[in-house]
Amino acid sequence: MPDFIIDATVDITDVVCPVTFVKAKVALEELEPGRVLAIRLNDGEPVQNVPRSLKDEGHQVLKLAANGDGTYDLLVRKGAD
Amino acid sequence: MSFTNEQLERYSRHIILQEIGARGQSKLLKARVLIIGAGGLGAPAALYLAAAGVGTIGLVDGDAVDLSNLQRQIIHSTRTIGQSKVESARQTLAALNPEVKVLTHQGLLKADNVLELFRDYDFIIDGTDNFPAKFLINDACVLTRKPFSHAGIIRFQGQLLTYVPGEGPCYRCVFENPPPPDAVPTCRQAGVVGAMGGVIGSLQAMEAIKYLVGVGRLLTGFLLTYDALAMEFRKIKLPRRKNCAVCGPEPTITEPFDHEPPAACEL
Repeated sequence: MPDFIIDATVDITDVVCPVTFVKAKVALEELEPGRVLAIRLNDGEPVQNVPRSLKDEGHQVLKLAANGDGTYDLLVRKGAD
Repeated sequence: MSFTNEQLERYSRHIILQEIGARGQSKLLKARVLIIGAGGLGAPAALYLAAAGVGTIGLVDGDAVDLSNLQRQIIHSTRTIGQSKVESARQTLAALNPEVKVLTHQGLLKADNVLELFRDYDFIIDGTDNFPAKFLINDACVLTRKPFSHAGIIRFQGQLLTYVPGEGPCYRCVFENPPPPDAVPTCRQAGVVGAMGGVIGSLQAMEAIKYLVGVGRLLTGFLLTYDALAMEFRKIKLPRRKNCAVCGPEPTITEPFDHEPPAACEL
């Protein structure tokens, strides 16, 4: 995904709800506002809930792309603290 | 700091909170809290602090677990009757959260060990049942500039006060000196509802967590009283005592000292 500069990545395919969101949230907490985090997540519950929860927290969802193997890459720009 | 997946799961309900988050949880994991008394107040306070992931919990108590404790001291169990309270409590905390380091100090808090015991802790919880200990904890905290949570319970009543150096009155500003021995019954003589320890001890844990994370307003400058029968909480605003013997501008108490010990149980 070359359209954005990715500042950090996190893989949340190894955990289940609600830790998926928690792990993404912790990765975002370590970034400055405006930076972009790439999140690898599983199809199903994570892809349905994690982007929405991050939006609710004030972050901007930039892109969600299927990898064709049951995982997705989600790009999120960190909102203001 | 980075969290393991297991830590993310264990503390997920904290980390999700905007007011705590990963930063606040990291502070809890690094924090050190000393609990004086592994009894009615100390039991729920210790359990919630261990569950919250407070990195190091110190326990001071000189007693052994007795059958009559179990009505309220929920950190102990029928199986641990006869064991020292600090060891019984340590086992329960280790089972709840093996990540927490529990340091046990078997014995009474005294003027000659209080400074050494308090030295390495960030926050002190007074879960004692007698006035000499309460004044000793207060004086030592004022003298060494440590925050602490005072609490007391008896019958259906409880009270709570938080001291932070430089903010609001200390316990001695409010209650200048201990009452004469036997003027006030202990809960051994007067009785106490077990759940009182749960209510007030949990509030002490809450104050510690807020202080350690650095969120919200603490109970500094106020005394909270709880009357369970009337179902009334009162938050009473209290000033500092201008000439307080320990926290005033010209203190006469400059080192910890032991008050007259509580009278032996008359029953």
